[in-house]
Amino acid sequence: MKRNLLIALWFTLVTTVMFGVVYPLAITGLAQVLFPSQANGQLIKQNGKIVGSRIVGQSFTEPGYFHSRPSSAGTGYDPTSSSGSNLGPTNKLLIERVRSDVQKLQAENPHVPIPVDLVTASGSGLDPDISPAAAEFQIPRVAHSRGMKEDEVRIVVRKHTKDRDLEFLGEPRVHVLELNLELDALHPLR
Amino acid sequence: MTANGWFQIGLYLFVIALVTKPMGVFMKRAFNREKTFLDPILRPIEKLVYRLTGVDERREMRWTEYAIAMLLFSGVSMALLYIIERTQRWLPFNPQKFANVEPALAFGTAASFTTNTNWQAYSGESTMSYLTQMAGLAYHNFASAAVGIVLAIVVIRGIARKETDKLGNFWVDTTRCLLWVLLPVCLIGSLVLVSQGVVQNLKPYTTAELIQPYAAQVTGADAKGSAQTVTQQVIAQGPVASQEVIKEFGTNGGGFFNANSAHPFENPTPFSNFFEMVLIFAIPSGLTYTLGRMTGSQRHGWAVWAAMAFLFLAGVTTAYWAEAKGNPLLAGTDQHAGALQSGGNMEGKEVRFGIANSALFTTVTTDASCGAVNSTHDSYTPLGGMVPLINIMLGEVVFGGVGAGLYGIFVFVVLAVFIAGLMVGRTPEYLGKKIESYDVKMAMLAVLILTFTILTFSAISVVKPYGTSSISNPGPHGLSQILYAYVSSTGNNGSAFGGLIPNTMWYNTTTAVAQLLGRFFMIIPVLAIAGSLAKKKTVPKSAGTFPVTGGLFAGLLVSTIVIVGALTFFPALSLGPILEHLLMNAGKAF
Repeated sequence: MKRNLLIALWFTLVTTVMFGVVYPLAITGLAQVLFPSQANGQLIKQNGKIVGSRIVGQSFTEPGYFHSRPSSAGTGYDPTSSSGSNLGPTNKLLIERVRSDVQKLQAENPHVPIPVDLVTASGSGLDPDISPAAAEFQIPRVAHSRGMKEDEVRIVVRKHTKDRDLEFLGEPRVHVLELNLELDALHPLR
Repeated sequence: MTANGWFQIGLYLFVIALVTKPMGVFMKRAFNREKTFLDPILRPIEKLVYRLTGVDERREMRWTEYAIAMLLFSGVSMALLYIIERTQRWLPFNPQKFANVEPALAFGTAASFTTNTNWQAYSGESTMSYLTQMAGLAYHNFASAAVGIVLAIVVIRGIARKETDKLGNFWVDTTRCLLWVLLPVCLIGSLVLVSQGVVQNLKPYTTAELIQPYAAQVTGADAKGSAQTVTQQVIAQGPVASQEVIKEFGTNGGGFFNANSAHPFENPTPFSNFFEMVLIFAIPSGLTYTLGRMTGSQRHGWAVWAAMAFLFLAGVTTAYWAEAKGNPLLAGTDQHAGALQSGGNMEGKEVRFGIANSALFTTVTTDASCGAVNSTHDSYTPLGGMVPLINIMLGEVVFGGVGAGLYGIFVFVVLAVFIAGLMVGRTPEYLGKKIESYDVKMAMLAVLILTFTILTFSAISVVKPYGTSSISNPGPHGLSQILYAYVSSTGNNGSAFGGLIPNTMWYNTTTAVAQLLGRFFMIIPVLAIAGSLAKKKTVPKSAGTFPVTGGLFAGLLVSTIVIVGALTFFPALSLGPILEHLLMNAGKAF
């Protein structure tokens, strides 16, 4: 018992140093050398300022931008408090939230059913993507507010649509932040 | 449901079948201390560990000493984690200057990570310093996984050895598990994850200037809402990849961030998602092969694997079907799957994963006692959410946690063999060992402790205000939330119906107690059976021996698991998810 207790103490210390300090620091060093962009969050810089991460979503509310999905992370897309809504399927709060979003969207693009991902919050609250259906739904609004032709916008959307990984893994998706940045570059809002 | 979705699910099971043999053979060699290709690098490190810690690597232990060593190691390492959490303010690698963790939360978290549960009542990105994440939480991902695996190895030795009371040396097994089994895969795997976009740095959080500032309602300290313009986005960083890989490979499941594997920095692409799911099942599936190899009956190993694969497919089919059907209460939305969207119930799911990969991940993480999530289980449809609940209720024996899955299914194997013995009126035998009353009693004890813990705590919580006040989804879903909390804690899973507010005195304490009971009062009876089996003589096979290979045995094993689980939990399930399903289809909301 006493012998094993002593071993337990030393064993905890030795393995903590090995697996809790040396291992993560070694991986950090390797990652910084081999994949510097990915290891630091794929930050996007514009005019010397960081404007976001390529893989973390942001809130867009103005009509000239493609909108992201609803978010439950903090006040919306806050990476310091990532979270889903955790609302259950029969919770009135969920049903009311979706109903009110559906009404707003129907006003801007009547007679088209709303792609479900556009009115549901993601699990992380940081989803960088919308489905191609959700992008298609928003094209008339964005084109109109930017004074662009719908087909011009559609070309940019296509460019930022990613197919399934290796053609079969996951789902096709449209990257909202990159898409909006490119629209700004092509056809500035103001 | 789409053909592509089914293809991905099928491919996943195929890959798991492929890794089973190499993993199994390698683990057998590592624990039998046979030569492996990694010896030239790892053997010197191993010897150094023994020299520093005073371990005599030739000495073997009886099951009681093995259990004591395991408990001492768990106790000491749990205390160290508690100390790190309580002092993180004064320790290095804390760029966000997080305060020391509060005592109740620190205790709950320490218990949770020591027991391989990784139930989280905190948000990592706003609570834990980088040092706490690395040396505290990620370290325990290694340690608790190793403890689970070596216990499974001891059980296998108990079956394979005869007329001995020696089952191996806990310190040697644990060291070899850490160095040979866990470390090499984690070194390569974490870099694979970084290549996909999982972050790995020690920098302070990054501030981004938004290209379109927006107005948001902010609730101030005085609980009054006020409109505020948000102009920046603070992006959390950290040494994530090194923790992410062992989170899955050791079936721990504790996310670096609150959103766990739904977070783009933990699980950025469908490829990383697939890779993480393979990591979760790699060891548990491999251990069935190790079982076959070490006991000299490979066909028994595959029979156990087949029983597990059957239950896995049943779960994933149900979850995928329920989630793809969607939520009938969301009027005006298009939930049909098509070329442009995956459709279905997308609340709580990421676009890049869609329905198929969310349902698959959820099934995998709860079949194994992992508990990592890539979508929020609380927002699943009632039947979709019932799948993870049932998976954990069955004892997480469908591949199961690393080691825990194997010694969990061992309990059911003992019961199945016993039931078969009763049916034909012979003393049950298992791989040449007679199963006697002591063994069956211990097996039943392991089953009953889980049931007792889950149902008692849930029953108290649904009638007391300190239990019900944490419910966030009213109606039958509230019962599911509470039930899930104790099922997940006792089963050492760690996933949650995350709406339940867990950071209260009642839930912090009782979930911690449930985790400790579920871990150690499961392990001790199992070790006792292993010790008892090792002492026995081998009886030669006869015509009356019930075969533990082939379809008949696999079928009996599946039935035993399902009957024990169903008899225990069906009443609770019918009042929770099943009732909610009926009400949802009747158009009722709460």
